[in-house]
Amino acid sequence: MSLEAVQTDAEGYLANRDDWSQELAMKLAKEFNVELGDEHWKVLNAARAIETESGSSPGLRKISKRADTPIKAIYTLFPDGPAKLIAKIAGIPKPKSCL
Amino acid sequence: MKTILILGAGTAGTAIAHKLRRRLSREWDVAVVDPSSTHLYQPGLLFLPFGDETEERIVRERGSTLGSGITWHQASVTAIDTERRRVELAGEEPLSYDFLIIASGTEVRPDMIDGMLGDGWRKSVFDFYTLEGARALQEALANFEGGRLVINIVEMPIKCPVAPLEFAFLADAYLTKRGIRDKTELVYATPLDGAFTKPLASRTLGYLLEDKGIQVETEFMAGEVDSEKNVIRSYDEREVPYDLLVTIPPHTGARFLEDTDLSDELAFVQTDHHTLAAKNAERVFCIGDATDLPSSKAGSVAHFQADLMTENVLRAIEDKELEPTFDGHSNCFVETGHGKAMLIDFNYETEPLPGQFPIPGIGPLPLLKECRRNHWAKRLFRLVYWHGLLPARPIPISPTMSLAGKQLSAAAETGGA
Repeated sequence: MSLEAVQTDAEGYLANRDDWSQELAMKLAKEFNVELGDEHWKVLNAARAIETESGSSPGLRKISKRADTPIKAIYTLFPDGPAKLIAKIAGIPKPKSCL
Repeated sequence: MKTILILGAGTAGTAIAHKLRRRLSREWDVAVVDPSSTHLYQPGLLFLPFGDETEERIVRERGSTLGSGITWHQASVTAIDTERRRVELAGEEPLSYDFLIIASGTEVRPDMIDGMLGDGWRKSVFDFYTLEGARALQEALANFEGGRLVINIVEMPIKCPVAPLEFAFLADAYLTKRGIRDKTELVYATPLDGAFTKPLASRTLGYLLEDKGIQVETEFMAGEVDSEKNVIRSYDEREVPYDLLVTIPPHTGARFLEDTDLSDELAFVQTDHHTLAAKNAERVFCIGDATDLPSSKAGSVAHFQADLMTENVLRAIEDKELEPTFDGHSNCFVETGHGKAMLIDFNYETEPLPGQFPIPGIGPLPLLKECRRNHWAKRLFRLVYWHGLLPARPIPISPTMSLAGKQLSAAAETGGA
């Protein structure tokens, strides 16, 4: 699916989970000036897996543990707001609170 | 004798123990395991730092909160053996179970952040999620003469996710009353992208922060507290200076759940969203803050879960299929300061909406709107807690959320729900 065809919400998060693919993730990452390598994928896959299991987008500490990647390193991989960037590129909802 | 063993006698454990005791014959032992000799009414911790609550009213002897017919083992759990169906205790014989309910809540973990427990701890760095922390903060606030008061959520999930925001609102009112609001910068630092993260709440409640002059530092993930320089430092090297830091440290599940098959990376029990059965073990359920569910970690949630879980535990005992009844229902009062509060009611699918509660169209409590009635209802809830919720007497609020009386159009306007 092309970037133009994909639907996002008002804040740029994927509207339909099923639209996500690895190819789309790579295109999205480029938009945020991130070139995806193996280390990025470890983090993205961990975030997606946790969200599927638990039903909510995980915080960085949880992702860090699952991906076996220190939080500091996640900031290097996804500079400029990793929690948001990871959710957007991994096609999972925005990390939220109850209000 | 058969045994239902409940680990933890907080809000969730105590409520479910009473519910099951009423429904089960004397052939069943309903037993709780909890090392602490007191029961704490946790919502009171929000008011204690401002001198608006007393310890006497929010702490009771545990024995007085557990009805006759419930066995209390005053001991610490060290491990759960789900194969042999037994629970290991520190310095005591293990306990066997037929069914296990994990209600061990969360632990507040300042030890997980570099420097948080350093020289500044409980001198200029405080938490209010523990009785000791809230008590120490009361003294610090009484001596506070102005400067930068910073409230920082280190990371989600936390108990009562709106409490830090309520703390900011109450601090604004408290400082105003003391005549030092104009000498104080009030800062709210959050790892999320705003103090309000849902579309409708951001749109309708943003005024609260603006009106009260609360600065918001977003996407701030604190990695370190430097109590020499009095700054918190984020992983991306931003610094937020403070004179008084009110931190909400990371939360995890109980230590005995760390790195077990039952739990996730933060030691919360992997739990079925709707049946409340533990995902990775037979004959085990999980309730309240100890779960990994996306519902709020709040007393109301524990209460609704206790209602629904009772039926599922009875089904399990009779070898019947469990019903997916829990919908993530949560109901919370949100203090906004100066004697006012809001009420919010929501579940897994539906964000907090405006409307009336509990009687559609009538109320008397308005939803998602400030008023004095909500504030008094919140203050009086302490009595409902001790005399209704804990002993599991009937409270006329549905355990599942109702859309009746809610304005769905409000969510449609912001594209949320």
